[in-house]
Amino acid sequence: MVPIVDIRNITVSYRENVALRDVSLSVEEGELVAIGGPNGAGKTTLLTAINGLGKLLSGLVRVFGVEVNHRNINQIRKAIGYVPQRLNIDPRMPISVREVVMIGRYGRIGLLRKANGKDRKVADDLIDSVGIAHLADRPIGHLSGGELQKVQIARALAQEPKILLLDEPTSNLDISAQRSIVELIEKIHRQRWLTTFVVMHELTHLPKSCGKMVLMKNAKIIFQGETLKALSENILSEIYDCPVELLKTDDGVVIRALTNVRNTTV
Amino acid sequence: MLEILQYKFMQHAILASIFGGVSCSLIGVFVVTMEIPFLGVTMAHAAFAGGIFGLLWGINPLIPAFIFCFLSSLLIGPIADKADFNPDTAIGIIFSIMMGVAFLGLAMIPGPKTEALSLIWGSILTISRADIILMAAISFVTILLLVLFFKEIQAVIFHREIAASVGIPERSIYYGLLFLSGAIVTTNLNTVGGLLIFSLLINPAAAAYQLTYNLKKMFILSGSFGVLSCFLGLFFSYIFNVPSGAIIIITSSVIFALALLLSPKRKVKQVGQVTEGD
Repeated sequence: MVPIVDIRNITVSYRENVALRDVSLSVEEGELVAIGGPNGAGKTTLLTAINGLGKLLSGLVRVFGVEVNHRNINQIRKAIGYVPQRLNIDPRMPISVREVVMIGRYGRIGLLRKANGKDRKVADDLIDSVGIAHLADRPIGHLSGGELQKVQIARALAQEPKILLLDEPTSNLDISAQRSIVELIEKIHRQRWLTTFVVMHELTHLPKSCGKMVLMKNAKIIFQGETLKALSENILSEIYDCPVELLKTDDGVVIRALTNVRNTTV
Repeated sequence: MLEILQYKFMQHAILASIFGGVSCSLIGVFVVTMEIPFLGVTMAHAAFAGGIFGLLWGINPLIPAFIFCFLSSLLIGPIADKADFNPDTAIGIIFSIMMGVAFLGLAMIPGPKTEALSLIWGSILTISRADIILMAAISFVTILLLVLFFKEIQAVIFHREIAASVGIPERSIYYGLLFLSGAIVTTNLNTVGGLLIFSLLINPAAAAYQLTYNLKKMFILSGSFGVLSCFLGLFFSYIFNVPSGAIIIITSSVIFALALLLSPKRKVKQVGQVTEGD
């Protein structure tokens, strides 16, 4: 079976900083892959290598069996939903929530063509399904962090993608909003069977259906494999450069970094 | 009052007000929402530098002015994107280059430099029929492009990276809008002048930005404010016998001040009106 995403020996550099060094990764259709690691490990760069927003110095990326290049990238992107890290939006931005979700349709609709009734229905149904119907006409700059993340997920789904890329969707959110977003990711994966890559800063909030984990450090993949194997004290201690303690709970695991002074959640 | 409409120069000036006001204030929405206000000054200086070299070489100043604006718009986007600069930094670099080139050209013009300096101030009361046709054409092209590519422009204004991620040719749209800004500035340079263009790019769009959360309405309001500023400016200029350019700038600034005062975006909601997520 041809992997839906096949990354081979890629290196990405932002001027003098190497963000990814000789990284390879292969993912099958329908998998939910969590990407973890400390700040600056290269997690976001790995995501953007898949949708071509990151520029490769060497290596190649195949998506849907096709090598990504500057000629086919716009076509490939239409089938990849992308939710970047939290956006800073001017509160006066003259664009509503419904219009932002519609932006997800624009690539599919194409140049010189207008959105039709089906496009509007897809957007409205998604706004409803992520639980923000009451906010549809609100200016996009007037939302809380959790609401904005739901809009971004609805916008990405409006593309009717085959792959979904989520970059730290729970960062800077309160615990209730974090739970709500993780449940939404679970629901989307269960209902649509989308190949999903989710960068998670806090591994405590891993979606339950996450079967594969990629752990990164210093621009390299240190571990890739089953989530249960990744969640070991030895591996996580090596990744985060500090002793780590895993506490099993009914909801999953709590990961704590052990220090000489006090315990903190990773 | 209606006798002023009998004069040919006044008819031309009114038409120039409509077309100049519309084209500058429509592209101003892009400049204001993308937070690149310096773009107007830079394009004005590029057109000014080109115009000066046109005078030096004895050709129509509009031709090199277009070329300089075109080159500037081609450089600003890639410099900002490749070097990962804030667009304003790239715009500032091009601005300084164009200012240097303009002063160099100015110094090379022998004798009085009246014709060159008129490019800074413009002369809305002495424009020709050919100027009007050119201004009408650029206004029509601007409106046509906005209608045809509205959804792509809306996506780019919202967030460039997201626009690219959904498969929109975001760079072509963004660079195209930069070039259109340059073309509009060039077309209006010897009519409304380099200084007036900056205020017509910024003030009407900034006023519209205060009044609506809808991008289509913002374009309509901005275009209306641009035309109104020019009309009222011309009218006051005739009544009080003062320079038209200066009065148009002041009128557009007053419209901005009124919009700021009346802006619903500045009002604080009453406790009972505050909803979840505010």
